[in-house]
Amino acid sequence: MAVCVAVIAKENYPLYIRSAPTENELKFHYMVHTSLDVVDEKISAMGKALVDQRELYLGLLYPTEDYKVYGYVTNSKVKFVMVVDSSNTALRDNEIRSMFRKLHNSYTDVMCNPFYNPGDRIQSRAFDNMVTSMMIQVC
Amino acid sequence: MEGLTLSDAEQKYYSDLFSYCDIESTKKVVVNGRVLELFRAAQLPNDVVLQIMELCGATRLGYFGRSQFYIALKLVAVAQSGFPLRVESINTVKDLPLPRFVASKNEQESRHAASYSSDSENQGSYSGVIPPPPGRGQVKKGSISHDTVQPRTTADPQEPASPVVSPQQSPPTSPHTWRKHNRHPSGGNSERPLAGPGPFWSPFGEAQSGGSAGDAVWSGHSPPPPQENWVSFADTPPTSTLLTMHPASAQDQTTVRTVASATTANEIRRQSSSYDDPWKITDEQRQYYVNQFKTIQPDLNGFIPGSAAKEFFTKSKLPILELSHIWELSDFDKDGALTLDEFCAAFHLVVARKNGYDLPEKLPESLMPKLIDLEDSADVGDQPGEVGYSGSPAEAPPSKSPSMPSLNQTWPELNQSSEDTAIVHPVPIRMTPSKIHMQEMELKRTGSDHTNPTSPLLVKPSDLSEENKINSSVKFASGNTVDGYSSSDSFTSDPEQIGSNVTRQRSHSGTSPDNAAPPPPPPRPQPSHSRSSSLDMNRTFTVTTGQQQAGVVAHPPAVPPRPQPSQAPGPVVHRPVDADGLITHTSTSPQQIPEQPNFADFSQFEVFAASNVNDEQDEEVEKHPEVLPVEKASDPASSLRVAKTDSKIEEKTATSAPANVSKGTTPLAPPPKPVRRRLKSEDELRPEVDEHTQKTGVLAAVLASQPSIPRSIGKDKKAIQASIRRNKETNTVLARLNSELQQQLKDVLEERISLEVQLEQLRPFSHL
Repeated sequence: MAVCVAVIAKENYPLYIRSAPTENELKFHYMVHTSLDVVDEKISAMGKALVDQRELYLGLLYPTEDYKVYGYVTNSKVKFVMVVDSSNTALRDNEIRSMFRKLHNSYTDVMCNPFYNPGDRIQSRAFDNMVTSMMIQVC
Repeated sequence: MEGLTLSDAEQKYYSDLFSYCDIESTKKVVVNGRVLELFRAAQLPNDVVLQIMELCGATRLGYFGRSQFYIALKLVAVAQSGFPLRVESINTVKDLPLPRFVASKNEQESRHAASYSSDSENQGSYSGVIPPPPGRGQVKKGSISHDTVQPRTTADPQEPASPVVSPQQSPPTSPHTWRKHNRHPSGGNSERPLAGPGPFWSPFGEAQSGGSAGDAVWSGHSPPPPQENWVSFADTPPTSTLLTMHPASAQDQTTVRTVASATTANEIRRQSSSYDDPWKITDEQRQYYVNQFKTIQPDLNGFIPGSAAKEFFTKSKLPILELSHIWELSDFDKDGALTLDEFCAAFHLVVARKNGYDLPEKLPESLMPKLIDLEDSADVGDQPGEVGYSGSPAEAPPSKSPSMPSLNQTWPELNQSSEDTAIVHPVPIRMTPSKIHMQEMELKRTGSDHTNPTSPLLVKPSDLSEENKINSSVKFASGNTVDGYSSSDSFTSDPEQIGSNVTRQRSHSGTSPDNAAPPPPPPRPQPSHSRSSSLDMNRTFTVTTGQQQAGVVAHPPAVPPRPQPSQAPGPVVHRPVDADGLITHTSTSPQQIPEQPNFADFSQFEVFAASNVNDEQDEEVEKHPEVLPVEKASDPASSLRVAKTDSKIEEKTATSAPANVSKGTTPLAPPPKPVRRRLKSEDELRPEVDEHTQKTGVLAAVLASQPSIPRSIGKDKKAIQASIRRNKETNTVLARLNSELQQQLKDVLEERISLEVQLEQLRPFSHL
């Protein structure tokens, strides 16, 4: 279960970032920020690799002693970063993938909303609910 | 508990109340505190309340389960009607009015106090207001009840006997009358939902009659569009229910409606109370929405694109965030466009919001688009959830179920996806064209040439279709580009004819050049050929454009053995084949043609050659003598082709040759092709070189010896079909071979790359 979920725009500013309230949010924000470098590195490494679901999911970006950070990038270079607690029995990779897939779906739903201007912060309640469910479910 | 039978209205009403009391959302047990409040609101004497609680078993159980709650409610109704409280009475008393409760929600009061104050009258009439359906009328109910509550707030017991006393005007009986009113829904559907809250509303309604304000509130419900563009709506009081109740006041209401927001608040309240489900769209509202929809999108079954909807709803001057949320709720299938139902839901939500209702977190069921599986959505919406709407699935707006594809919200994009393309199968145009062309040409030729014009012609179409299908399936994979190639081969001899024929059938663009075409490549290059030999052939043939076919035809000496007899590597091949065929059967190219498209060329050529071109004739002559040997050669060639590997192909050509011979045309043609291919493949891939060389030699000989396209006139269909089959087999074999070879190629390339890498790595060391 994620302790922090962030959606980063192409220009590397956050569109949405939410942490489980128990923790010091600033710490998570910082972790997400530093993980952007790793994400960029992975993206550039992919190069011309065909972009399919597999490549969209970047996998574990880097582990810290307490947390693991996973990344996912969409075709439009919007990045999803998820910080999960290592204390949970390690979540399997495909679980993380499914969480990212859900995130991606919700994100596209947000995009479909004509009242949403790309580049705005995401304020959709449905998206919030989905993220909340992700944060709660596994823990 | 005794069995409890509830009428529909009661059921709805009770479930509403249950949800209201079920603040912990347990859906099973209601909090005692709430229940007690409710009972107090019923304005029954405390002992009566206690008695009720005992009877329903709550005291026994210690909590109010759903059944207990319902029984209790029924008992309240019984008590309120003045019947003695007895367990049996819950079922025996017929036509029991719904229990009335005076709402005593403090929060609601405060909420609506302000708005309500202006409408005290109306409110007063609200005496019978029930605790507003939980979550529903956040504002409205509150306001309504507020009013009634205000006068009596704490004085629950004040009017134990006259629950529905509305300060202003509601005569105590009004509720009853109301109830009756409600019970017999005079209005549209909206009435129905009212049934539950009916009694409550009744006072309200009564009050309304007295005060236009009430109506105003009501009408406000149908969102009194603050904006001009929505004004029209105001004119059409959606308050059907109210209207029915107070037709007269309705008009007043209209006017009142457009009054200040205060009234709207009341209206809203009214509104929410008027339906069981505050989100239900009344008929007038729906009509209004539909009209608005039409202004944007005349087709009621069509969609409003997101941008248009955005503009439209922006006019309502709601904050973008709220509009965004409304969109999320109403775009059920998440396709970025609004169908009529979605639009109505969105509009309704906007209206409600403008009137002060808070937006629900989930789309209320009555607003859900009616999809095919309505029940699902109904169930979904049934959750008391935050909205607390009563589950009144069926009554959802009578919206048609538009083409909403996605039934569940989980299927967002289904919208129009419908036909999808499913690509189906590659349309075999290319392949066949050569055949077609050839056949057409043949037909033409035969037609023009008179030789059995009809028979081949007749045969051709069917064959063509067969071939086409076959070819497409088989050859398509090989993706041969030879079409043009083949066609050119065969058609060269008869460009004009071919041309016309070609147009007849679906001529492949590649082959259409037949018409004038330079030597069209052999009718259908076998898959193997397509890769390599075909190219060669093409080159060869293109060069010879305009030249007699014969020359061209005779030419492809090195044509790799045709994998299939049908594949006419080139006119030459065809020719010889034809010649063979001719020799053997003295017949007609036309017949041959049908058998195999590839061969068709040959036969055509044969005919053509025979008839038209001098050279060709010469060729033919040459071919004839060669035919036999060619045939023989082709036999082995075809047999060779048959082999899986190159050898296979050659065998095939050999076998095809005989077939061709029988057919008279193709066998020869193929052989050269496969041979040629073989050669090419050899170049590229070492492995089969040896085999190839042998075969190629044979084939070449064969090819060379087959000058003319044997035309066997007497070809039976069976032979033709047999050759077709063989060709197909050859095709598949060649295709397989092709893929294998390609795989080998890949491997070799990889090796090469790795070697190069190693080289690179070693190079620096070499410098050291």
